[in-house]
Amino acid sequence: MSSTNNPSDAVSDRSAQETPLLEVKGLRKYYPIRRGFLSRTKGFVKAVDGVDLTIQRGETLGLVGESGCGKSTTGRCLLRAVDATEGQVRYWMSDESGWTDIYALEGQDLRRFRRFAQMIFQDPFSSLNPRMTLLQIVGEPLTVNRLASGEELEHRVADLLRRVGLRPEYMKRYPHAFSGGQRQRIGIARSLALEPNFIVCDEPVSALDVSIQAQTLNLLQDLQEEFHLTYLFVAHDLNVVAHIADRVAVMYVGKMVELAESDDLFASPLHPYTEVLMSSVLPPDPRIKTRQIEMTGEVANPADPPSGCYFHPRCRYAEERCWQETPELREIRPNHFVSCHRAEEITLEGVL
Amino acid sequence: MTPPDDQRLLEIRNLKVQFALEEGTVRAVDGMSLVVNRGQTVGVVGESGCGKSVTAQALLRIVPKPGEIVDGELLYYRPTGSDGENLHVTDLVGLPANGDEMRDIRGNEIVMVFQEPMSSLAPVYTIGHQIMEAIELHQQVDRKEARERTLEILQRVGMPQPTQTIDSFPHQMSGGMRQRGMIAIALSCNPTLLIADEPTTALDVTTQGQILELMQKLQNDFGMAIMFITHDLGVVAKMTEYVTVMYLGKVVESADVDTIFHNPKHPYTKALLRSMPRMGVKSRRLEAVTGMVPDPFHVPPGCPFHPRCEDYIAGRCDAEEPPWIETEPGHGVRCVLYE
Ligand SMILES: Nc1ncnc2c1ncn2[C@@H]1O[C@H](COP(=O)(O)OP(=O)(O)OP(=O)(O)O)[C@@H](O)[C@H]1O
Ligand SMILES: Nc1ncnc2c1ncn2[C@@H]1O[C@H](COP(=O)(O)OP(=O)(O)O)[C@@H](O)[C@H]1O
Ligand code: SF4
Ligand code: SF4
Ligand SMILES: [Mg+2]
Ligand SMILES: [Mg+2]
Repeated sequence: MSSTNNPSDAVSDRSAQETPLLEVKGLRKYYPIRRGFLSRTKGFVKAVDGVDLTIQRGETLGLVGESGCGKSTTGRCLLRAVDATEGQVRYWMSDESGWTDIYALEGQDLRRFRRFAQMIFQDPFSSLNPRMTLLQIVGEPLTVNRLASGEELEHRVADLLRRVGLRPEYMKRYPHAFSGGQRQRIGIARSLALEPNFIVCDEPVSALDVSIQAQTLNLLQDLQEEFHLTYLFVAHDLNVVAHIADRVAVMYVGKMVELAESDDLFASPLHPYTEVLMSSVLPPDPRIKTRQIEMTGEVANPADPPSGCYFHPRCRYAEERCWQETPELREIRPNHFVSCHRAEEITLEGVL
Repeated sequence: MTPPDDQRLLEIRNLKVQFALEEGTVRAVDGMSLVVNRGQTVGVVGESGCGKSVTAQALLRIVPKPGEIVDGELLYYRPTGSDGENLHVTDLVGLPANGDEMRDIRGNEIVMVFQEPMSSLAPVYTIGHQIMEAIELHQQVDRKEARERTLEILQRVGMPQPTQTIDSFPHQMSGGMRQRGMIAIALSCNPTLLIADEPTTALDVTTQGQILELMQKLQNDFGMAIMFITHDLGVVAKMTEYVTVMYLGKVVESADVDTIFHNPKHPYTKALLRSMPRMGVKSRRLEAVTGMVPDPFHVPPGCPFHPRCEDYIAGRCDAEEPPWIETEPGHGVRCVLYE
């Protein structure tokens, strides 16, 4: 990929004084497929297959795409919760330290990074240890890092619980005594314990009911303001993403296919896959009749993706070069990146 | 008693289902009433735990122990005769849950599609085998004919490559394909009522859209009624004609879909609609309903919604159970504000 096509360069050129919080270049994560008792590698699942992006300080970047397209894996690579196969992930952690390549970190520095970036999980039921009290769950990051113990720990945990709207008196209870929405708050309190700057929220409201979902979204926004947090917000509900994200990235089979400011993306998408996604949005209003654009076939297999543009077997605009050449991510409107050969010729429908 | 309206297919009257547990009694469904007409799509909405699935289980008479139907009627206007011309009213509550008649109704006339197709398909049999089994159980056909019908039905539910997929196991199929398989099993007989319990919640948005459109098309072709259970108001708006909103085992509001969305009366319905994020409406904060759904052992007295209600009248809402009030024909609400 030529450097002028790289969204990270283009963004940093325009606002040189405003350094992004994080920059990702050429990120790849391949999982080996092993079969048989000799465990020979039979190929690779290309979970993330060449992702470039930047995240600005204080913004919420939404990440959308079909199940299995690599959203969670991307999030995990950004936190070094799994090791990337290839590519660079660097953070501007402070003006003193400048750029930090997280894959080069070890020991003390890696521990420092682990406090800087955290994760909130989708499933509030399985992500909490049932045998630990709230005090232990929320306080664990503090005890593990030897930052607090005894009374000081209880103090800090009480404060965290209050921040997320839970009563400090609950501290001695176990997770089973709480509802889904409350468990999600426990998870959020825990991820805030180390005062992170960056949080990957992996489908944080997908398992929640409408009324609890709204409370949780409000809470995440309040915390973002209070602590100047930056979010990568993975979700599949586009109504939620449109509400919370400043910019949105669309993934398809391990690749970033579109990246733009939220309003721009929803009003005038440039990638045919994004257009299909938009047509699937169901407005909560029976007077608005929607019809999903028909898409043939199933999502491509990340272990054996199609040639050229991975979307071509399902794309209604596909032409010959689409299965011959791989499109690159290009900035074809200011701050609007898309990877489609035909982006300039076709006019697509948004939802706004 | 007034003679039944001949459009009527099912009438749930004051259904109560309870689970006697060690910690106390869960009133999972606590006086549910609902009418489903022939060929109609009725939505049942509400938050987790409000009794939607248990209502469906009661209809099929598959409420798990220690759950029990303790009150109410489930009147099924069953078509009889060779061409289904005559109606025979059967109270499903009065039938033995595992007797011949109930089994016949369950597999053949009232059928269900679940949220998680993986857990409701048998993992060790191919999808084709499972559909053929359903066909052979209810129709007098031989193996060869059953396989032909299976292929035909797989085609109708839009299964990709039906001639190959017929011999696939559930784990070899995607979520969308499994859900199509479930629908194929449900439609292998000619149901009068399809109960769809969150059939698309576990699916991707694009797959969800495909399944919803498939269900609309099949309803057109087969003419069955659908009871659509969901907590997704977008799905309700797209799919249903008539909507029932539940809260803690009770119906709090029922009306046609346009009225529910554009002229809701119950404070809970209004609050739910306001809390939805909407495309194009840029506001920093959502108007969330305050508080949580109380746990089933501590249902508040009076109106169960009162601790979260903005219009709550002290001394009244927490003391007396609000009555069911018809504000207009076909629009009912359970709230003291409309007395
Ligand atoms: N097998 C069971 N044993 C004990 N309690 C049960 C059982 N099944 C359901 N309940 C209780 O009955 C109530 C209603 O449950 P139900 O499954 O009908 O909710 P729902 O509206 O379908 O919720 P969801 O949206 O989460 O599917 C809940 O309080 C639930 O905990
Ligand atoms: N630990 C793992 N081992 C092998 N394959 C994996 C692993 N984690 C994810 N994958 C595969 O990588 C792809 C992307 O997965 P994921 O990032 O979880 O997708 P998403 O979050 O977008 O649903 C999928 O094909 C998935 O099966
Ligand atoms: S490159 Fe071709 S196949 Fe790919 S999205 Fe664009 S038009 Fe469709
Ligand atoms: S009865 Fe009272 S508490 Fe219940 S919804 Fe109506 S106003 Fe609110
Ligand atoms: Mg994921
Ligand atoms: Mg349910």
